[in-house]
Amino acid sequence: MGIIVKISGPVVEAEQMRDAKMYDVVRVGEEGLIGEVIRLAGKRVAIQVYEDTAGIKPGEKVENTGAPLSAELGPGLATSIFDGIQRPLPVIKDRVGDIIKRGVFAEALDKKKKWKFVPSVKRGEKVETGDVVGTVQETASTLHKVLVPSGVSGEISEISDGSFTVEEPVFAVKGAGGTKRLPMMQRWEVRRPRPYAQKLQPNRPLVTGQRVIDAFFPVARGGSACIPGPFGSGKTVTQQQLAKWADADVVVYVGCGERGNEMTEVLTTFPELEDPRNKRPLMDRTILIANTSNMPVAAREASIYTGITIAEYYRDMGYAVALMADSTSRWAEALREISGRLEEMPGEEGYPAYLGRRLAEFYERAGSVVTLGKGKKEGSVSVIGAVSPPGGDISEPVSQNTLRVTRAFWGLDASLASRRHFPSINWLTSYSLYKDVLADWYSANVSADFMEMQSKSMLILQQEAELQEIVQLVGPDALPERERAVLDAARMIREDFLQQSAYHEVDTFTSMKKDRMMLKVILTFHDLELKAVESGIPLSKVLSLDVRGRIGRMKEIPEDAAQADITKLLDDTEASFKSLAPEMQAGATEGAR
Amino acid sequence: MSEIEYTSVTRVAGPLLFLEGVNDAGYNDLVEITLPNGETKNGQVLDTSAGLAVVQIFGTTTGLDLPNTRVKFKGETVKLPVSDAMLGRIFNGLGVPRDGGPRIVSSERPDISGGAINPYSRAEPSEFIQSGISSIDLMNTLVRGQKLPIFSGAGLPHNDLVAQIARQAKVLGKEESFAVVFGAMGLTSEEANFFIKDFENTGALERAVLFLNLADEPSMERIITPRMALTTAEYLAFSQDMHVLVILSDMTNYCESLREVSSAREEVPGRRGYPGYMYTDLSSIYERAGRIKGKKGSITQIPILSMPGDDITHPIADLTGYITEGQVVMSRDLHRRGVYPPIDVLPSLSRLMNQGIGKGRTRDDHRGVADQLYAAYAQGKDLRSLSAIVGEAALTETDRVYLKLADKFEKEFVSQGKYEDRTIEDDLRIGWRLLSALPQGDLKRVKKDFIDMYYKPQAASPS
Repeated sequence: MGIIVKISGPVVEAEQMRDAKMYDVVRVGEEGLIGEVIRLAGKRVAIQVYEDTAGIKPGEKVENTGAPLSAELGPGLATSIFDGIQRPLPVIKDRVGDIIKRGVFAEALDKKKKWKFVPSVKRGEKVETGDVVGTVQETASTLHKVLVPSGVSGEISEISDGSFTVEEPVFAVKGAGGTKRLPMMQRWEVRRPRPYAQKLQPNRPLVTGQRVIDAFFPVARGGSACIPGPFGSGKTVTQQQLAKWADADVVVYVGCGERGNEMTEVLTTFPELEDPRNKRPLMDRTILIANTSNMPVAAREASIYTGITIAEYYRDMGYAVALMADSTSRWAEALREISGRLEEMPGEEGYPAYLGRRLAEFYERAGSVVTLGKGKKEGSVSVIGAVSPPGGDISEPVSQNTLRVTRAFWGLDASLASRRHFPSINWLTSYSLYKDVLADWYSANVSADFMEMQSKSMLILQQEAELQEIVQLVGPDALPERERAVLDAARMIREDFLQQSAYHEVDTFTSMKKDRMMLKVILTFHDLELKAVESGIPLSKVLSLDVRGRIGRMKEIPEDAAQADITKLLDDTEASFKSLAPEMQAGATEGAR
Repeated sequence: MSEIEYTSVTRVAGPLLFLEGVNDAGYNDLVEITLPNGETKNGQVLDTSAGLAVVQIFGTTTGLDLPNTRVKFKGETVKLPVSDAMLGRIFNGLGVPRDGGPRIVSSERPDISGGAINPYSRAEPSEFIQSGISSIDLMNTLVRGQKLPIFSGAGLPHNDLVAQIARQAKVLGKEESFAVVFGAMGLTSEEANFFIKDFENTGALERAVLFLNLADEPSMERIITPRMALTTAEYLAFSQDMHVLVILSDMTNYCESLREVSSAREEVPGRRGYPGYMYTDLSSIYERAGRIKGKKGSITQIPILSMPGDDITHPIADLTGYITEGQVVMSRDLHRRGVYPPIDVLPSLSRLMNQGIGKGRTRDDHRGVADQLYAAYAQGKDLRSLSAIVGEAALTETDRVYLKLADKFEKEFVSQGKYEDRTIEDDLRIGWRLLSALPQGDLKRVKKDFIDMYYKPQAASPS
């Protein structure tokens, strides 16, 4: 039992705690607030407290639980909403009302609820860590697999069938050290990555339904991406769009130091939205971790670890998991605040010197892996982290350290946002290092010419940027027709393809197939437009063609009609160019087909 | 709790007192300080360890000495008695009446630091507030329970704008009890009087609670003032079912005080000397807005902050923008050109707009019209700077249309009278009149049906 000797915001120092180990969970003060040991110095121990410390006095007691901060893993995680240390917010509400009060103890999983456990192994079968012993239909869209926990292997000596709580033993394993009776639930230390057999090279994209990402800057399943941007540039909307539409089996959304009303928005909209793949509510596959900006700062630091531990747990079942962290800058600030209270020597801009290491450790928990156990299940965790650089200037430490460890960069641009070009991902500064490894997938699953169309489009946008510099000097009228045709094509790509409304019922999600068709129409139009201009037809005539309005509305064509409607649009585009110039022969269009 | 008075002050630095031999000071507890001349002041424990406490004084340190100053630890955090008798009253920055009326006595004494609303308990803000100002209602819609700051600068008419919003704000088709809570941090007495006068003239004063910390009053009080205002607002909203509009002005002064404390504690500074925890601290103010499921009342916050040097990347504006649900940005350029209210819609934003607009709330073409106006105005403004270099003649025909639209947008849409209360229908009508000057094919943001219904090229106002 320790005694408090100093309190400074979320950091408390205690003495007489000889048995304390780093990252042990402790109970602080008479109310038993939850904290974690973060420094040992002589007989003094520094503790970060996950709850408000107002009113705590020196002399109050500290109790060591002797165990590190762990997550409870088992059926009941899906559709849950937790705080940063995995306390379910609905339970807290029932206990203390609408305002979160401190000293509330709430277990992550419902210990009374019974789940129907269906065994998938027989008595006498040999199992090892990571093997599936049974399944639970957790929600309509999530089949929860019960895994043999770490360090256990041997022969199944007992296996049940029926309804059980998460704590009741459902199977027993007879191993070298005797027989272990095990429940569905297991615990895992949040700061320790869950082990796997082998890390794989990512080879397929996480399809997000967002055109600018899927077509231009893809992120691989098991990859990592960062979205930095100033406030109001649409980080949160982009993150939410990914949480809604990404083709992951399970989505973990960590609201880390962000707005309360935004979490409410997720809570109210997700249950109403349908997963485009199986028509089930999106909430069924979603786990929310909400530690809003005014909730205790130390719990914010813990929230991303809680989130990624849950993500890894589903990965180990063989699922593709996507984790969105919004925003890692708030997490880094929590780190800075705690570090400041510990009076550590600051690194850049007051952040602790270990910021880069901690960020790297976190992003390295992403990956596409072969899981432990027999059967070589393949699972992945893709991590998408939002960064909120002060003033939108990404030369600051959090952005820079994140860029070093993530492979896709979606740079949000305030000037695009202010003209309501959303998603405001700047196509000139953004990049994805996954393009090469994913090229084969695109060729096989979308079309052989997709990568070519993509680079052609990027080239047009690049040319536009160069031409704009000239326009700034001499005005658009001074450009030759051919160059103005390039500007026109760039405008089509920007407005008719890249811009995508999160609030339009059809436009909010686009399949890769439709992405390709849309690009095809725009590029075909551009080819024909160039030919027309070269054969002396004034650009103004091309611009007044009827099909242009229809190209602008391609995004509103529903997925099931897209194939027919856009193919027709392609034909009509060619036909209208023909009518424009009878002398332009069919030969001109062949190349585009 | 012992009522021991300590006389062991060993050091005074800025607004901080260091006491030795103190063992029972609770973190953040309230402290009463008695000066040698008998005057008393309040303070708060900032840091406590066995044998040493650091206390922050609300007020000046004039007259303090080491041997005779007495300090009493009250054993509780700072609390504010609240009741509905506060309506119509004026208090100082610490909640003491400054209108000559009696002190508020109540059995309800919530802690002023408030607690975080459980995100699971929050109700989605979705009720459209019609402020009667076009550039807010149509372009950056405010909804009940939102926190929408005004980013302004010295010399810009933000006070007029806020007073106008307070005067005109209503939820369509509803008669409900509302209240205004006003927290002034470091405002000049002239500015404070402007608000009091305006509230008086419109009869709003009896529905208002004012906490005034004026420019010549102790800066340390400013740390407490917004929390007093919000504690009152929470009581009125969630215990008395009122719809409360909280105006906090000027948040820049609040942050200056925060920096003063931080530097006196010799903390490692973050950007521009502001403390590293300023984001967390500001969020403990701004996040106290919203709605709660099952409760009738709501808190809508309009903080005002003046951006030093009109710099939107200054830490105060920057951190605020990351917490609040959008921002209304005032432009010096528009102000110089005589546009009132000089709201620059391009950097302005309302994040909760989509929940409050559309069919059944405003009108179903609202989103499209707003987006189209945004895009067109942005293009027009780009062309304005281009034509300054190459001349208007070098622009294409369509470009000139956009250029003209940008001018008209500022003159006819943004600009309005200080007492002009426009309905959302008015706003949409003006919006469509401007858009009707554009070629129909350019209206990509608006659904086809609405174009058929409202797009009238011949009605585009003759120039």
